Amino acid sequence: MKTTKPITHHLTDQDLMDYATGKMEESFALAAAVHVSMCDACRATLSSFDAVGGAVLDSVPDQQMSQGSFDKTMALIAALPDEPVTRKQPANLPDALAGYIGTSLNDIKWTPIGMGVKQKILKTGDTGTARMLYIPAGTAVPDHGHKGREWTLVLQGAFFDETGHFGPGDIEIADPSVEHTPTAAAGDACICLAVTDAPLRFSGLLHRLVQPLLRI
Amino acid sequence: MDKTPNDQWVAMIRRITRDRDVSAFEVLFDHFAPRVKSFLMKSGADSTLAEECAQEVMATVWQKSHLFDPTRASASTWIFTIARNKKIDALRKLKRPEPDDLGWGMDHEPDQEDVISLQQETQRLGNALSELPQKQRDLLEQAFFNEKSHSEIAADTGLPLGTIKSRIRLALDKLRHSMS
Repeated sequence: MKTTKPITHHLTDQDLMDYATGKMEESFALAAAVHVSMCDACRATLSSFDAVGGAVLDSVPDQQMSQGSFDKTMALIAALPDEPVTRKQPANLPDALAGYIGTSLNDIKWTPIGMGVKQKILKTGDTGTARMLYIPAGTAVPDHGHKGREWTLVLQGAFFDETGHFGPGDIEIADPSVEHTPTAAAGDACICLAVTDAPLRFSGLLHRLVQPLLRI
Repeated sequence: MDKTPNDQWVAMIRRITRDRDVSAFEVLFDHFAPRVKSFLMKSGADSTLAEECAQEVMATVWQKSHLFDPTRASASTWIFTIARNKKIDALRKLKRPEPDDLGWGMDHEPDQEDVISLQQETQRLGNALSELPQKQRDLLEQAFFNEKSHSEIAADTGLPLGTIKSRIRLALDKLRHSMS
């Protein structure tokens, strides 16, 4: 999936390193995989970290394989389905996300959470939470801070907040110190992938009361 | 341009894709399977599990050989990514979301100049790695092989966290520098 405008908000080298070494939890790895699918610069940096991993793999002393291991591997191969060897058509959605929501943003079964904002919580097997957010143009998501990290990756439309403007492919990395009010820009509704490793902390009392109900 | 040892692996993988060439696969297997097994054991697998997973990794190499793009990665890099994903899947029982593949498929041959220059770069990276001071190499190895976070490595080595982060950064900077 390619964007028409250049991506200006990226993952940090440290994040890409954690993704390359496999240390990142599933929810954040999903956001990283989607961003890299859309961002050539981060893909290049990730490739360089993978290359270091390859060089390290090259430098380890061998562990002898057991007797007959090659024949066993050939038997495994015989049992594998054949992979199609043609190039895939470019999809509307990065593959990583399609595994969670279907082949198109239109497939998402949204749950309204007020003021026209809708969400869909994705099933991930880690302690983080990944959700899709649908924010109508011009609408603000209530002022909130975080107890942990929050990554917000734009797939459609755009939003802006106190820290900048975010379009398709851009990822906002917010740590617990950031209090912000993301507002969807004019035009298409803004659809994002938002990942948190702790519940969001809304400033208003009402929101604090309903938060557990909405799992936001 | 001179050929590098990496070029022979590229040729072997190509023969697997094009001709389903078992003898080419066997050469690749003899070189990489014991390294993948070693990687998995250093990551915490016992030898039985590591053996099993190494076989599965090599089976994936055969099955997905058409996705290997020698203008973007060396064989070691590509096989490392498959082994890393196997580690996350089999050892940690977690899903691993992956970026879209840019595989070029069978529809055209990659540009030989691009292949050779990428393989040469990787060769230089390998040389640069082997010339790093032992301490920095150990830290890089821990970062890639173990599931440990930087703070756990700190507890292991007795080095303060800031030192570890700056050493890893220094190691990567040195690697980058020797590549440019």
